[in-house]
Amino acid sequence: MVPNDFLYTKEHEWIKVEGDEGLIGITDFAQHQLGDIIYVELPAVGKELAPRQSIGVVESVKSVSDVFTPVPGVVTAVNEALGQTADLLNKDPHGQGWIVRIKIKDKKDLEGLLSASDYEKYLEGLEH
Amino acid sequence: MKKTRFNELHKQLGGKMIEFCGWELPVEYAGIIPEHMAVRTKAGLFDVSHMGEVLVTGKDALAYVQWLTPNDASKLGPGQVQYTALMTPESTFVDDMLVYAMGPDEYFLVVNAANDDKDFAWIASHTQGFDVKVEHQSDVYSQLALQGPLAEAVLQPLTDIDLAGMKSFHWAKGKVVGKDCLVSRTGYTGEDGFEIYTRDPDPGVIWSTLIETGRPLGLQPIGLGARDTLRLESKLMLYGNDISDKTTVLEADLKWIVKLQKGDFLGKPVIEKQLAEGLTRKLVGFEMAEPGIARPHYPVYDKGQKVAEVASGTFSPLLKKAIGLVYLPIDRTAAGTEFEIEIRGKRTKARVIPTPFYKRAKK
Repeated sequence: MVPNDFLYTKEHEWIKVEGDEGLIGITDFAQHQLGDIIYVELPAVGKELAPRQSIGVVESVKSVSDVFTPVPGVVTAVNEALGQTADLLNKDPHGQGWIVRIKIKDKKDLEGLLSASDYEKYLEGLEH
Repeated sequence: MKKTRFNELHKQLGGKMIEFCGWELPVEYAGIIPEHMAVRTKAGLFDVSHMGEVLVTGKDALAYVQWLTPNDASKLGPGQVQYTALMTPESTFVDDMLVYAMGPDEYFLVVNAANDDKDFAWIASHTQGFDVKVEHQSDVYSQLALQGPLAEAVLQPLTDIDLAGMKSFHWAKGKVVGKDCLVSRTGYTGEDGFEIYTRDPDPGVIWSTLIETGRPLGLQPIGLGARDTLRLESKLMLYGNDISDKTTVLEADLKWIVKLQKGDFLGKPVIEKQLAEGLTRKLVGFEMAEPGIARPHYPVYDKGQKVAEVASGTFSPLLKKAIGLVYLPIDRTAAGTEFEIEIRGKRTKARVIPTPFYKRAKK
């Protein structure tokens, strides 16, 4: 459930790097924790993201959570499909449930993120 | 954390456990939305053993219950149940509760987990002048709620009580899965259904048998998450959100539980005063008129002024929209009235709508 070619944060966001850009979403673990997601508040395209700035708000029936960018950058696209079908975050969190695309400010910042195997180890630690 | 006698069974079923009022209870199993819909369309089973129980017995039991509550317990024959409240002298809520008439000198009170100890202390401290005995029995009772249109079909094969003959807000004693139980046709979901009380020290088999026999009919175990969305769609009060010791029974729009002709009771003078002078605010239902979900305590604005905080607010899985309850100034309580709720810094439009948000079709 943790794609190998993505990078992760301990707050359960992922980034899939494609050249200078990155797709960002929340992990399968995160969507399980949140439960049925019904509403996603998206940022404006062009928004500059400082380190760990919010890229949006995810609401499930029960709770409200901010989602933060794994690395600084500028929003180049948002997943408009989430406006009508927020449950894509539950159904396909690492695919169709992506939240934003950003232009990464400095790819060196990616070095601070977790690899898939590190993230899996981190999750195992949480469950014990 | 306190554990109910079904704790291990919830974990076996994959229940996501949380702390609630000092109890470890499941917030969800399959998810709030599928659980909610199971109760609306089939059946759901809840562990509500955290609820509190108080037994009042004695020659003055009726007079005593009448003094503590606004509803008229004298109308209850044995076998009947009534929704009422424990009132302060200000006609605000110590709690809301169910009163079971067990016999002429015996009443069984079922109160909220959050208030269990406070309620018992309140009840025990008001006995002066009444020939009654009050017993706190929360620890000996387990309670399950079986709710939904198929509740009777699920339960009947497992009990010797004639359920078809049991009307809403009535109770009977009998066996359920071989265990001694009290079963009432009551609940907190707006659906038909039953609440099952037992003093059996090992009641797990009731839960597991109901799950096994109900599953093929679509029954699911239900957590606290869907319990909240179900009760809110049906505008059933949640203590601490919608009613409290700061809200009066009339402000909460519960005039139907106030029976002034029954005689004196705690809070009555304030109720009469509010009836004569009129209310300044009232609890109403709303829906969001713009995207967003209002949550409890979000600030509420009317014509630029902060007038309240959201009492209850959630996403309605059945109606697929954001709904909630709020105390609005009395001249702003008509259906259709628009106001604003601040959601993460943004004033978002909401409008008053009639309640309950959902009412089941009568058979």
